[in-house]
Amino acid sequence: MAGKLNFSLVSPEREVFSGLVDQVDAPGVEGDFGVLPAHAPFMTALREGLVTVYVGGTRTQYDVKGGFADVNGEGLTILAEQATEVVAA
Amino acid sequence: MASLKEMRNRIGSVKATQKITKAMQMVAAAKLKRAQDQAESARPYAKKMASVIANLAAGVSGADAPRLLAGTGQDQRHLIVVATADKGLAGGFSTNVIRAARERINSLIANGKDVRIIAVGRKSRDQLSRLYGDKLVRTFELSEHKTVGLPSAQPIAEMIATAFEDGQADVVTLFYSQFRSVISQVPTAKQLIPAVVEGPETQNGAAPIDLNGAVYEYEPSEEEILETLLPRNLTTQILAALYENQAGFFGSQMAAMDNATRNAGDLINALTLQYNRKRQAQITTELIEIIAGAEAL
Repeated sequence: MAGKLNFSLVSPEREVFSGLVDQVDAPGVEGDFGVLPAHAPFMTALREGLVTVYVGGTRTQYDVKGGFADVNGEGLTILAEQATEVVAA
Repeated sequence: MASLKEMRNRIGSVKATQKITKAMQMVAAAKLKRAQDQAESARPYAKKMASVIANLAAGVSGADAPRLLAGTGQDQRHLIVVATADKGLAGGFSTNVIRAARERINSLIANGKDVRIIAVGRKSRDQLSRLYGDKLVRTFELSEHKTVGLPSAQPIAEMIATAFEDGQADVVTLFYSQFRSVISQVPTAKQLIPAVVEGPETQNGAAPIDLNGAVYEYEPSEEEILETLLPRNLTTQILAALYENQAGFFGSQMAAMDNATRNAGDLINALTLQYNRKRQAQITTELIEIIAGAEAL
């Protein structure tokens, strides 16, 4: 599990993101949290806010409304009611 | 026997019909592609949701499990949700779903259960209100929204959840048409409440996901998460069913319209042959009359 985290962001309409990443920051109901590879199993509901995905040197942000994050041995899954990519202005 | 003019009109009208069915077939084919993509892109969410719930459900013990998951422990009042299309001209699409639902409803009634019905789609409303008018509690029309999406599934899920919480239902079953391929749609019954926990993961013997001895942490508590997750799961399942229905409907419509176009073609050929025969017979008769007239002079 050295290095990469298997991350997928899915909304009811489509799979928004799926792939290997370095780090994901997400807004949990009880505080923001970051997930690195080999994170301990963890599940939380999400607030409305920004999910930030770090791959290599680049950073992508998604606007996420309502959902859940599930971290387990296979990686991180975020189930969002709505998810749209934030285009940097 | 029809006159030549009548036959010409008849051929003309069949041709016009053929043009319409041909156009409908092509429209359905175009829409099918989109509906199919939509149904497929909705699958990962539903699948992940199922595996998350399977995980959670394994951890929550029987007594304090949320009722959406565990049910009321009774089996007396059934709520049947029948999802079909709004429009017709799609072969036996809606009828097949309704037939499957009807069999279930009849057997439930025969066993002395209370049955209530929610109809989704105009076709299911029309047929079910005729058969079980007194049991139909609510109908939804899909054409209220331009495209099938979350807004069409949400009110249905809310209605079901309320009915369940008010104690009007013990078991909720959804009937819809599963999209296998363009020519094959299978009427399917899916139990929504109590939630059936059987993600594909559980069958592979991999569930709950191997944590290597680690303990899951929950924020907020396990119960609270389940409590918000389950209604959402309801919506997801209904949405998935609506997408499947949509794709199935267009597939079925395409096949039906293809058949109709071909039938119209056959009919036109037969009618044209008849028409030409008759025309030739008439010409021959006229010729004979002219020749006979000329000979008489």
